[in-house]
Formats: sequence, C-alpha cells, structure tokens
Amino acid sequence: MGLEIAFWILAIVGIAAALAVVLLRDVFRAALCLILCFLAVAGIFITLSADFLAAVQVLIYVGAISILIILGIMLTREVQRGSPSNRLRIPAFIVAIFFLGVVAFIMINTQWPVAGIPPQEPTTSALGVRLFGEGGFILPLEIVPVLLLAAILGAIVLVREK
Amino acid sequence: MINISLEHYLILSVILFSIGLYGVLAKRNAIVILMSIEIMLNAVNIAMVAFSRYIVPLLLTGQVFAIFIMVVAAAEAAVGLAIIIAIYRSRETIDVTEINLMKW
Repeated sequence: MGLEIAFWILAIVGIAAALAVVLLRDVFRAALCLILCFLAVAGIFITLSADFLAAVQVLIYVGAISILIILGIMLTREVQRGSPSNRLRIPAFIVAIFFLGVVAFIMINTQWPVAGIPPQEPTTSALGVRLFGEGGFILPLEIVPVLLLAAILGAIVLVREK
Repeated sequence: MINISLEHYLILSVILFSIGLYGVLAKRNAIVILMSIEIMLNAVNIAMVAFSRYIVPLLLTGQVFAIFIMVVAAAEAAVGLAIIIAIYRSRETIDVTEINLMKW
C-alpha cells in the first residue's frame, strides 16, 4: 500500500518536473526542476528495491551533473534570453506524442515474462559479485575508466584558454 | 488502488522519454537540450531497473546496465558542456539555430 502511494507521488513529481524543464523560459529554474526530477527518479529506484542505484543516482546526478549544468549556465550568460522554442515546436510536439503513443501501445500489449519471485535486498553486495565475479562484466568495467579518462581529458582540452 | 506492475514503470519511463525528446527537438538553448538528454537517459534507466526487478530479479543485469548508462551520461555531460563553453567563447551564443558553421 505504501509502495503504491510512493510510486504515484514520485511519478507525478517526476513528470511535472520534467515538463517544467522543457516548458519554463528561465534556464536556471529549469535546472532546479531538473534536480527535482533526478531526485524523483532516485525515489523510483528505491520503490524498485534498487538501493545502491538510488544512492548512486543522488551522488552522480544530483551531486555532480546538476552542478556541471548550473556552472555551464553561469559561464554562458544566456539567462536573459531564456530558453525559447525554435520553429519546429509543433512538429516536435507531434513527434513526441506519436512516439509516446506507439511505444505505450506496444508496452501495454506485450506479454512480459514476469517472474513472481520477490526482489533481493540489499543489492550492493549482489551487484559487486555480479560485476566482478565469474562470468561478470570485467572487460566493460575495465573499458569504462578509459572512457571516463578520455572524456575528462577531452573536456580539459576543449575549454583550455588558447 | 491497483497494484503497481511492470507496465506502470514502463509507461512512466516512456512519458519521461517523450518529454526529453520534445525538449531536444524544440529547444534553442544548447544547455536545455543537454538537460533534456539527461532526462531521456534517466527514463531509460527506469526501464532497465524495472525490467531487472520484474523479469530477472536474481540476476540484476538491468541494474548493471543502468550503472554503465550513468557512467556514459556523466562523460557525455562533461564533454557536452565543454563543447558548449568552447562554442560560446568563439561565437558569443549557444543558440543552436545560429550555430550553423557545418550546415551545407
């Protein structure tokens, strides 16, 4: 019962915050609504009993990416002009609604092979075993730091003063 | 109040994805476009974790995928904002309708 109420509240807050991000004219307020949306998604992860992912969501998205975005807004001084829509507003709306309709229709009409077993909690140690254990994800896990290093170096090179 | 099933999470995910898609297609400010991309990646994460929770609850494959998506999203945000700041430095604008150097 409590899970249902939490899901509905978090879903409504998340969708409203996401709508505010794309509809508000003030870029800074849109960034604050984006943080609210990230927090709602973290709550959704908790209702899915993914506790480790919820903590990581708060750390990476709410803690790091939102700070990066606010820093980008401050460095570009586009706050006065706001975030207007371009000429493609109506076609973009139609494309988004069409996509929503098609995918929702497919999702509702598919018979998902739902397993009736309850989820395991806590997931942190299980995730660690899954990532590093036998038949796990060792190779992707070794590639990911290289990607992060390349991204950080690329960002530094791009913003360096000539 | 009905029971929350896999479909509820998938519908929530596709609604968030559509909002992000609209933002990417219809906005002129490059930073708002980047924020919409983050919303879309979050929507995909919700779908991944929901599949992991309802279809393979003991394997956690979806959560592993969500972790990798988060890493790529962080790298993408860093590089994207660096590109936006570099464009702003050279052209004094981040309006994507005015950034047309590579348009033919």
